[in-house]
Amino acid sequence: MRRKSNLGLAFADLAAGLAFTHMWAVLGWQDVKQRYRRSTLGPFWLTISTGILVGIMGPLYGRLFGQDFNAYFAFLTTGFVVWQMIAQTVNDACTTFVTAESYIKQVKLPLSIHVLRVVWKNIIYFLHNMLVVVVVLVYLQVPVNANLLLFPLGLLVFAFNAFLYGMILGVICARFRDIPLIVQNIVQAAFFLTPIMWRPSMLGRHEWTVDLNPLYHFIEIMRAPLLGVSPNPLSWPLVGAMTLAGCALALAMLSRYRARVPYWV
Amino acid sequence: MSMVSARDLVIDFPIYGANSRSLKNTVLRAATGGTIAAAAGDRMVVRALDRLNFEWREGERIGLVGHNGSGKTTLLRTVAGIYEPGAGELEVRGRIASMLSITLGLDAEATGYENIFLRGTILGLRRAQILERVDEIVDFSELGDYIHLPMRTYSTGMTMRLMFAISTSVHADIILMDEWLSVGDAQFAEKAQGRLMGLIDKAKLLVIASHSQDVIRDTCTRVIHLAHGKIVEGS
Repeated sequence: MRRKSNLGLAFADLAAGLAFTHMWAVLGWQDVKQRYRRSTLGPFWLTISTGILVGIMGPLYGRLFGQDFNAYFAFLTTGFVVWQMIAQTVNDACTTFVTAESYIKQVKLPLSIHVLRVVWKNIIYFLHNMLVVVVVLVYLQVPVNANLLLFPLGLLVFAFNAFLYGMILGVICARFRDIPLIVQNIVQAAFFLTPIMWRPSMLGRHEWTVDLNPLYHFIEIMRAPLLGVSPNPLSWPLVGAMTLAGCALALAMLSRYRARVPYWV
Repeated sequence: MSMVSARDLVIDFPIYGANSRSLKNTVLRAATGGTIAAAAGDRMVVRALDRLNFEWREGERIGLVGHNGSGKTTLLRTVAGIYEPGAGELEVRGRIASMLSITLGLDAEATGYENIFLRGTILGLRRAQILERVDEIVDFSELGDYIHLPMRTYSTGMTMRLMFAISTSVHADIILMDEWLSVGDAQFAEKAQGRLMGLIDKAKLLVIASHSQDVIRDTCTRVIHLAHGKIVEGS
């Protein structure tokens, strides 16, 4: 029998993951449903809590930073909702395979399915939170223009990267159980270090430092279109570079450690 | 035609977070379990399957016997493709139905009806394929109107009946089973037995791990005795 190379098997895993769309779509939805089962509003509770949070933070920090209310409120709301998705996806990615242990040990499924399930779940949450964004943007009468057309692309590129880096993180975290805890701390710190509550321009002559923050660029490609402005000119090129790097890394990771994951979880 | 064949098949489990030598030497090298070898560095390895050679052909009914920890379940999972061999080769031909865990993916808050779709999805069925089977599954499980209630309201027997009905609704070339599936009360168990036998009759190969001598004697054409991850009788 001709044996497939590890890289070939990694590709096969990815291809099967895509072919099994119905499976991760169902399981991702199931995760959302399970969390809010028997509550009347379901995942819209998430929308409400996000709404309350930005409703408090917007006026408060706008005043603290001495910002124009409307512009700051729109900036914070969009950035915060996008950030919530990024942060939750990163944290969930760490526990992807550990959480899916029972699946991994009982049925032969491509590893990609488990990662796609996590990404899909977080996108569903995000779409619920988008309701807050829509309400705020309409209320503040933020202009709708051609920039908005780039939002779906930004979301898609983010989702693809979430899959790539989710795969990398998931595999590492399946082997080294301290990593999820480290990542959790980094994500928490990143919330303050990333321009979500503050604008890059507030840093004055240190503004260039935000360009070094990869998370900023991922936020930017989704936040700027929503605000009807064009993103930081560096954002798309850098996100593109990170996507390519992610492809290479994820493939390397998958071909090297795909078969080991069931032994680790 | 050979369905499953192994040549010098080895499965090693790395053990992390148990570096203590005393633990390694005393607890793990008991009568149960595989052979423990110190791998390079401080990493410990349990050899769950040790250079297995076998060839299972179409039409065979393989019974795996052996003590707890002798490697039966590991062998089933390896054949299912879950663990890839650390060394040696394993070749599997045909579509596999794994009955290793028939309750996997069950959501107790969802209704029985919803769970048919969940469970069916995990078995690899598409929505249309599940729709084709759903009436038959509901009928067979004899749950009546309970099917539209959340499964947390079910008794254990009812849950198992439904899960059994779903898992046995998919035909396959190779059936893997960890202990004979037996569900429900006496009357239902008989019906289930018939359904399971029907499924097995249609399959080309059955591999079942069991502690029951009756099951092995009644069902199997060949018995493989495992001890400490090695085949001691049969091949």
